[in-house]
Parts: sequence; structure tokens; C-alpha cells
Amino acid sequence: MSQLKPKTIFEKIWDSHVVKRAEGYPDALFIDRHFIHEVTSPQAFDGLKKRGIQVFNTSRTTATADHNVPTKDQHLPIKEALSRHQVETLRKNCKEFGVELYDLGHAYQGIVHIIGPELGLTQPGMTIVCGDSHTSTHGAFGNIAFGIGTSEVEQVLATQCILQHKPKTMKIEINGKLGKGVVSKDIILYIISKISASGATGFFVEYAGDAITGLSMEARMTICNMSIEMGARGGLIAPDETTFNYIRGRKFAPQGEAFDRKVEEWKKLTTDEGASYDSVLKFDAADIAPMITYGTNPGMGMKVTDRIPTVAELKEISEQHSFTKSLEYMGLEPGSSLLGKAIDYVFIGSCTNARIEDLRLVADMVKGKTKASNVEVWVVPGSKQVEDQARREGLDKIFEAAGFELRSPGCSACLGMNEDKVPAGKYCISTSNRNFEGRQGPKSRTFLASPLSAAAAAITGRVTDVREFV
Amino acid sequence: MSKDKFTTLKTTAVPLPNENIDTDQIIPARFLKATTREGFGDNLFRDWRYDAENKPVPEFVLNDARYSGKILVAGKNFGCGSSREHAAWAIYDYGFRVVVSSFFADIFKNNALNNGLLPIVVSDQFLKQVLQAVEEKPSTEIVVDLENQILQVGAVKESFEINKYKKTCMINGYDDIDYLLSLNKEIREFDVANT
Repeated sequence: MSQLKPKTIFEKIWDSHVVKRAEGYPDALFIDRHFIHEVTSPQAFDGLKKRGIQVFNTSRTTATADHNVPTKDQHLPIKEALSRHQVETLRKNCKEFGVELYDLGHAYQGIVHIIGPELGLTQPGMTIVCGDSHTSTHGAFGNIAFGIGTSEVEQVLATQCILQHKPKTMKIEINGKLGKGVVSKDIILYIISKISASGATGFFVEYAGDAITGLSMEARMTICNMSIEMGARGGLIAPDETTFNYIRGRKFAPQGEAFDRKVEEWKKLTTDEGASYDSVLKFDAADIAPMITYGTNPGMGMKVTDRIPTVAELKEISEQHSFTKSLEYMGLEPGSSLLGKAIDYVFIGSCTNARIEDLRLVADMVKGKTKASNVEVWVVPGSKQVEDQARREGLDKIFEAAGFELRSPGCSACLGMNEDKVPAGKYCISTSNRNFEGRQGPKSRTFLASPLSAAAAAITGRVTDVREFV
Repeated sequence: MSKDKFTTLKTTAVPLPNENIDTDQIIPARFLKATTREGFGDNLFRDWRYDAENKPVPEFVLNDARYSGKILVAGKNFGCGSSREHAAWAIYDYGFRVVVSSFFADIFKNNALNNGLLPIVVSDQFLKQVLQAVEEKPSTEIVVDLENQILQVGAVKESFEINKYKKTCMINGYDDIDYLLSLNKEIREFDVANT
């Protein structure tokens, strides 16, 4: 018998989920866990109704309301008619098709990519999809997780499978010690600034190296979350003791001996010696500093102490038009520094950075301090469980004393679908994942940064090098 | 659901040379509240197309009477960002049937193909030629021949790649669910074996 070909973790998981591989067709890939929410599911349920079919396996489907929900007065009916209709449609569909829904007011409600891991629904070796591009977050547990469109949501509801071509593989290795004030958000913003917003399109990424394995689960999730911001289908990290310890005892995780057996299986999820990737990139952790974006895509980022490039410094002439347009939108000058730039809003939230560790980082920094008078600060926890935990730890008191507003969970000002919008022309330093034009509200201007950098900016009212504080 | 069939198309094009056009530009999040697939075309490129008072921005290409047609020609990395299929629905609903670019984001490309909107990837060089031809002469005729995978723009042409399966779906108006439903028995067995 010939030697088995060495495989990457990605290939092991993918190959073990192929229900049918036929010449001329994409693979029919079985999906272990399907998360749905109110915005990208209604048309998919409509499709099932038109075909007269049921959800294939309701026990593999979990729903929550997050994108379009208010973050104030969640106990009251949603004021905005279209938003209310969308959430009510989700309720109706979940009831009709028998799908578990963590609705507003439920102890497990929250941003879909935050509740999956915290409930133990997200596990190593799985295939996970959701009609949301930040599904890549779940990859932190060593699984294949990626965002899909509504037609694909319908496919998965109807058949528990999705037709997909296997993407290419990329390894991103980061070794070395992270500097003062540098957290996982800075690592991913740094990588994207190096390879651009399309640098990993067509690839599925595996993050490795001691700068990655040294991170907590929550910090790893921040990295995998933003894989899509460099175009990657997803990004994963090999599961290890940190992963197993995080999952142990969670609500929907295997319990007792079943858990131990699972861990033995999960330990096999490593990339084999000699397995090859289509692309390998290496970075040194010591080169990473607190990061900030200055433009209108996540690739337009720099160290907070750097200055914005000039048109002449751009790598490609074809970028000039978009670059100039982007800086005009942001109201910034090529070649200038952002340090000391006055800001108007601080948003601490989103599936990137709204877990309990993020809130603790912020609380540690602002304890005993107050926000600058020129800024409004919103802290939007990623889930009801995160909110409850924050209150139990007294973080709410610290935020209140600092003049920060602790809201109820949801996607909120990350995409401004609800009423949490940054006004036109205003600058917001945000822990979210996208600085696209109008993302946080029409004509709003976003600087992406870590929770630490956002907290520092909240105190000074300006773009700040967080290393002055830590 | 079965979709419109696509074989050939002869039309003019609308040029939008910006790079990295993300799905928040194509359809801003605040217009994602509908629960049907129709009507998104009205808000296609909403914040580039209309000002704060909802008046058309005259210099934006969709408001420029010189340009029309069923093909949108855009700069590289088109459709990056959010997975919202509403972006593909909006482009289709507005009346486009083809988007030409030198590079598409993965999720957008799948979403487009799943809705009968053909994404055509051309070389950077050819994209430049197409944009220039259309900008200089808006009446430039463009022919898309899906069967032979050729894009002809005025006097020049380039062949393009498309996955064989997706090509068959586009030409016949098939969708993926039809195929997956035919695998029901195998999927059931897989599900049971892996629970």
C-alpha cells in the first residue's frame, strides 16, 4: 500500500465531510453546524416554503437575532417597523420549521459568532456555516467555518450540505514575542495591512507559530474573525489544550467521558509533517505595534505611530484613484500622522472584539479615569452572557464611572443596521472589523483599532499610542 | 428556484473603475431589512448615487445619461466584505446581467452565480482596455458569449474562465439545490453516521 499523502488540518476536515465528489461538480460538503439570523435567512425560508420542504436536520441549526436589534430597551417591541418585521419573520420561521431560536430577552441571545463558541456549539473538526462573512471566527477552534449567501443558506437548510470548490490553502506563521500594548487585533490588522484586503482571496488560512498558540481562545477568535478582511474564505488554528479547556463544561459540549473521547479525536487535528500549502507567509511578532486604519478598507492600516502613505509611495499606479478617493472620504491628508487626531465616537463591540476579555481589557485601562468630553463611548457586549458576566464582575460600574454607556447585545454600530449610527462626517475609533465608507452610518468615518487603543482614545479624545498608558 | 437562462448577451456597459468596491457600497446595511428578494435595485450604490437629501449625485455613473446597458465594468476586488446576497440581488434587480472585473471576492462570486448574474474575470490589461473603450465611447458594443467563454469589446476580445458546473447552471437556469436534493439518501446516511 502506498504511503498516505500528508494533509493539512484543513484538508483532513474537508475530506472527511465530502458526501459526494463527482467529476465536473463541486464537492457536496456536509455541514455540522448552521447558524442563522434575521437578516440573511427570510428569503431562504421562503425558498423552502415554495419547494414544500422541511429543514433537513433542525438539531444542527441554531438561530439568534443580532444584526438588526436595538441595543437599548430590548424588552420593548422594536420601534422601527422594518426591523421589527424582520425579527418577527425569524420568530415565525423558527417556530414553523422547528429551529431553536435564542431570541431577544433569552439568556443565550447575542452576536451569532459569539454565542456559538460560548455555548460549546462550536467545536474542533466541524464544518460550520452562517449567512455572515465573519463566520470565519469559529475557525479559532480548529474547524472549517465560512460565510455564505442566502441561496446557500437555503441549500444548507434544505440538505445540510453545500456545493463548494475546495479553496487553496495558505499558512500564516507568526513567531516571537508581542510588544507592549500589542494584542491580537493588532496582529490581524498588521497582517492585512501587509497583504491587502484581497491578499488571501481564494485561500483558506491556517494561522500558526508561537505568537498564535500563546493566545487565549478569545484572542484567537479575533484573528480568525478578520480572515475575511483579507479575502480569505476562512482561517483556522490547530486545536490544543487552550481550546479543550475553553470548551470543557460548556452547555452543548460533550460532557464527562464523551468529552475525553472527543479530545482524543481532536488531538489528531494537526497538520501532518510534510503537508504542503499553496502559499506560506511568515511574520515576526516583534515587528507588530499597536495598529490603526486610516482608509476605507481594512488593508489600509498602519502602526499608530506611522504616517499615512503619499500617492507616490503606493505600490501600484492603479491604486491611486481609489486611494485618493478614500482619503478624501476620510478627510485626511496623504503623508500625515493620525496621532493626536480628535475623534468623536468610540465603539467597543462587534463579533471581533465584544467578548468578556475585551471588556476586561477596556475596564482595566479606564478604571479610575473618565472619558474625554468630546467623545461618546458605546460599549456593546457580544452576548447576553457577556453582559451578565461583565455586570457580575462590576465592569458596568467602571464603565459608568468613566462615562461609557454599556448597552445590550447586538451587532450595533459595526454595521449600523439598527439606530446605533455614527453621524455623517464624524470620526469613530472602533473595535469592529470594517472601515468601509458609510459602514457605521452614512458618511461616517471609521478608524479600526484594538480594544486597548479604543479605550486609550476614549480617555484622551484623540488617536493615541496606547503604549503611553500601559 | 430555477433562474433565467444565460447564453449570449449583446449590450453596452457602465464603467465604475473604483477598486475594492465592497458590498456595503453596493447595498448599504440599512436597506437589508426586506424579507423578499425584490426591489433592491432602487438602492443599488445608494450612498454614491444619492446625496443626504436623496437627490441624485449627477457625477455618479448610474446618474450619467451617457451610460447604460446590462454590463457593469468595475475595478479589481469587486464585492469584497459582507456576504450579503442582497448585493447580487440589487445589481440584478437594477438590470445588470454581467459584472466584469479583474478580480472578485469569493462569496460575492458565488452569490452572483447563484442568481443568474455572470461575473467575468478578465486580465488587468484587458480591464483597462474595456474601461477606456467604454469611457471614451459609451455606445461601445460588448458581446458576451458564455458558451464559447468570450468577451468581445468593440474590436478586441478576451476569453474568460468559468467553472464547468456553474456554466451549465447558468446556461440551463439550474440551481444547486436541485442537485443536492438528488443526493438526499447519501446525505441522510452521512448525517446518521456522523452524529
